[in-house]
Amino acid sequence: MSAVAAKPVGLWGRLCAGSTVPVLTIVAAILIAWYVGVLALNAPFQRMLYANAGVADYSVSDFVAATMEQDRPVLPSPQQVAREFWKSVFTVPITSKKSLVYHGWVTLSSTLLGFVIGSLLGIGLAVLIVHSRTLDKSLMPWVIASQTIPILAIAPMIIVVFNAINITGIIPKALISTYLSFFPVTVGVVSGLRSPERLHLDLMRTYSATTSQAFWKLRWPSSVPFLFASMKVGIASSLVGAIVGEMPTGAVAGIGARLLSGSYYGQTVQIWAALLTAALMAAVLVTLVDVVDRAVRRRMGVRS
Amino acid sequence: MSDLVAVRRASLPLAFLVQLAAIAFALLAIVLFRATEVGSVPWVWPLLFFGWMGAWWSVTVITARECEAPSRWLSLLVPVLFGVWLLLLWEALVTGLGVPPVLLPPPSAIGHRIVTSLPLLAADFRQTFLKSVLAGYGLGCSIGFLVALVADRNPFLRRGLMPVGNFVSALPIVGIAPIMVMWFGFDWQSKAAVVVISTFFPMLVNTIAGLAAAGRMERDLMRTYAASHGQELVKLRLPAAMPFIFNALKINSTLALIGAIVAEFFGTPIVGMGFRISTEVGRMSIDMVWAEIAVAAVAGSLFYGLISALERLVTFWHPSQRRR
Repeated sequence: MSAVAAKPVGLWGRLCAGSTVPVLTIVAAILIAWYVGVLALNAPFQRMLYANAGVADYSVSDFVAATMEQDRPVLPSPQQVAREFWKSVFTVPITSKKSLVYHGWVTLSSTLLGFVIGSLLGIGLAVLIVHSRTLDKSLMPWVIASQTIPILAIAPMIIVVFNAINITGIIPKALISTYLSFFPVTVGVVSGLRSPERLHLDLMRTYSATTSQAFWKLRWPSSVPFLFASMKVGIASSLVGAIVGEMPTGAVAGIGARLLSGSYYGQTVQIWAALLTAALMAAVLVTLVDVVDRAVRRRMGVRS
Repeated sequence: MSDLVAVRRASLPLAFLVQLAAIAFALLAIVLFRATEVGSVPWVWPLLFFGWMGAWWSVTVITARECEAPSRWLSLLVPVLFGVWLLLLWEALVTGLGVPPVLLPPPSAIGHRIVTSLPLLAADFRQTFLKSVLAGYGLGCSIGFLVALVADRNPFLRRGLMPVGNFVSALPIVGIAPIMVMWFGFDWQSKAAVVVISTFFPMLVNTIAGLAAAGRMERDLMRTYAASHGQELVKLRLPAAMPFIFNALKINSTLALIGAIVAEFFGTPIVGMGFRISTEVGRMSIDMVWAEIAVAAVAGSLFYGLISALERLVTFWHPSQRRR
């Protein structure tokens, strides 16, 4: 680290000074590491295949190409995952059980439902906590403690119990997402509602503003940035909740069910394609919240 | 809320007395519910309700007194009372409404189950917590920390790793559990691998952010002292990064437990908390599941508390640790 940062020179210099080229480099490094991993992990099985088939004089390039295209590889190569992803997203009709769009939608719907309930619950709790000293002292420690309980461990129980009283489908899964997403929202909004300075709150007092006026005109607007920051965390954990909610109960649809069936039948390519879908969904959801965040802030007159 | 029925003038002893009476009311209600048929003693419900209202009033008074004269014991007592009432109401509602124990067992049944199956719980705890979680947590956090130290020396690497790390932190990492079970087998090593991967990225991102937290002025001061990179790191930037590092350690303590338990859904030797939970759910013995959850919650809270205590010890200088 030089004391005086050198002015970036030329297009290349400017790209390197930003984060585009570094990020691309890291991604490329990950891909290379992936290919090396494919070769290393699949080689023993490939050698065995050749030995069983009695092939002795194979060239190195043949061997490498073969490790990239095994049926049930230990680690599938990126192009296999991409091909599987393409096949199960675009070529299969979306109503089919093989379509990742179908499974993605099942997961997405419970993610979104859980996220909406969780955010509303989080905001409600935060408003109560900020306005009642008793709740602040008694409830807040439990909100924090609630997250040390590994809720995902209860996921199978929640789903089985709800099945027993004839509530099936989206609600139990959404409840797990709710539990995971209310916490960041509560904590974030509490600190947001407390973020106005003493001076501003005193000003509201000199205007003889009521509690609700002070809330709507001062506390709520100043909590908006905190709300969105915590909703970004919340929606990501909602997705985790929905996926794990689908895993342990023999659910037939959803990304989690896809992971589970892939693991039962040793379909590694299928597992990786489902993981890729989950990653893309997480990225899209977080980006969406970010876009809304920016739009709201612009409407509120914040210059970025 | 603070003007509720003479909160201003009530004294602490009175509040304690009311609290004790309220708890007695609730216990009486529970005993009555236990002794009679479901629905045969409707007049017990007002008893419970008044007990609850009394408890609420008492806690309001205690909070008000605590704000006038801050005391450690009182500020600890309030959440404890809240927890006690949570358990009392749970017990009373489950017994009073006759909720079948298959849906939601009362806390007393869960407590009984914990006491009677201690060896089993201990074995599961050893397998999941002492082996998978601690090994994975230690390894994941230290690798994340070391990679962050390396990335910190190289701005190019740092700018590349930060967005990637932030992105990966948002991904549903527990999804790799089936793959890790395939690679590393059924025993604790595969669970530790899941924990390593899920704890690595939060640690990496937070440490990199923390190492950038030291102010320009302080860094310039270190330069004027002709401090080497190592000296600057040890004396200025690592201490300044500690709040961030502890933040990651706290996030990771929860992630680690979740990762280990979920990974056990995909195959284990016949021991472990996640294994027990999924099999006992299948046998509909829900009280055993709750017993495991209680153990997990206590273990998770203690783990978290330990890290918080360590944090207070290390970052006593930070504004967030100051007494209000």
